[in-house]
Amino acid sequence: MTVEQAPNRSLQLTADGQLRHFLTLDGLDRALLTDILDTADSFIEVGERSIKKVPLLRGRTVVNLFFESSTRTRSTFELAAKRLSADVLNLDINTSATSKGESLSDTLLNLEAMASDMFVVRHSQSGAPHFIAESVTPGVAIINAGDGRHAHPTQAMLDMLTIRQHKGGFESLKVAVVGDVLHSRVARSQIRALNELGAAEVRVIAPGTLLPRDVESLGCSVEYDMQKGMKDLDVVIMLRLQKERMEGALLPSEREFYRLYGLNQAKLALAHPQCIVMHPGPINRGVEIESAVADGPQSVILDQVTNGIAIRMAVMSMAMGGQVAERNQKQAGRAQA
Amino acid sequence: MTALLDMNRLLDELEAGLREIMAARGVASPALIGIRTGGVWVADVMRKRLGLEEPYGELDISFYRDDFSRIGLNPKVMPSSLPFSTEDRDIILIDDVIMSGRTIRAAMNEVFDYGRPASIILATLVDLGARELPIQPDVTGEVLALESHQRVKLRGPEPLHIELQETGQ
Repeated sequence: MTVEQAPNRSLQLTADGQLRHFLTLDGLDRALLTDILDTADSFIEVGERSIKKVPLLRGRTVVNLFFESSTRTRSTFELAAKRLSADVLNLDINTSATSKGESLSDTLLNLEAMASDMFVVRHSQSGAPHFIAESVTPGVAIINAGDGRHAHPTQAMLDMLTIRQHKGGFESLKVAVVGDVLHSRVARSQIRALNELGAAEVRVIAPGTLLPRDVESLGCSVEYDMQKGMKDLDVVIMLRLQKERMEGALLPSEREFYRLYGLNQAKLALAHPQCIVMHPGPINRGVEIESAVADGPQSVILDQVTNGIAIRMAVMSMAMGGQVAERNQKQAGRAQA
Repeated sequence: MTALLDMNRLLDELEAGLREIMAARGVASPALIGIRTGGVWVADVMRKRLGLEEPYGELDISFYRDDFSRIGLNPKVMPSSLPFSTEDRDIILIDDVIMSGRTIRAAMNEVFDYGRPASIILATLVDLGARELPIQPDVTGEVLALESHQRVKLRGPEPLHIELQETGQ
């Protein structure tokens, strides 16, 4: 008997199209992205109850496997898992420079021996969650919590949920992503999600040194002049200036960057009056964004944090659900054979 | 083959039964909760018939089902919406059809996450028997004993009607 090797794109989907891992938005169609947003809407309602917990993942073990530090993402994943009634183990592992592949495999074998059901993975190397999903025991779900410069799909989906809440939909929207696109896994996932959900226009606004070479191929237009780029915008998404990832002289100075690409009230006034302001956090006040804008009436930055819990509950329960459904189908198939 | 049950008679029975048990228990202003989808339609009718001012709640029990570990998450989950606190309230929980009792178990677990109700009255339009859990409705429109090839399906909301379907097996 030969085992059919699933093509890489469908690594995260079951044969009948359910989510079983959540690694990237690539290969996920509009219907599935909309399912994720709809499911998250139901979890927002759960978060408003006196008891903010549902029994979906009761008795299951979720391991937050963070090879790269994070406060907001890790704590919202932890809260999401706990609100699904899962048991949660948090592991912060500083990546050692040597033998990463080997130590990763060993770590995983040990965690699998503890009968874990789900790994939430953040790693500085692009593709690490894919690698884990390919090698992990069947039945264990992998959720990407950010890998290298590649993807941060739960962040992009919580941004989409926030946009849909405030704008009702995506069809007529003009959206800009501003700042350090080069180092941003968030930007890649956002552009992909906005295009799949049918946004009218996606722009990136950044200096050439902070743009990847093939940026248009992601599905966006490019504007170097922020004054021009802000025109008619319905949504402006600011990116954090990733100082810890800067190599070489990409920027003259932070002050210069703020003057040209920082979002202040004067620049925001160039956008549509109902334009919402988003930022994945943590914000560098006075580097990407003025405090008066970050704390202002058009800012939805704290909604993003609240929505992050609901989105993570949605993808965790959907991926776990896909895994159990698949396992039961296989068992039923074996029983019949 | 499809036969129609007399919907008005079922609703009359349900209303009369509810009035009786409310009087017996001294429940003056109950909070109505319908279980999606059919139970919500029935709750809408009962609210009007009982002359209740307060809007009814809608429960989607997808997050509380006991078969997640067999079939995964219901892909069409909608938010539950209870426009009142259940704390110390007399609740009338309404569903269209009761069979195994598993839906009601899930629904009661969900109701308790909104607060501790004073009491719950369970009302179902049709009781098909075939119980798997020790849960019985307080009020029901009709008890039906189906043959294995028969199914019932509530259609609605306008007009509300129940179809008795023969699957032909």
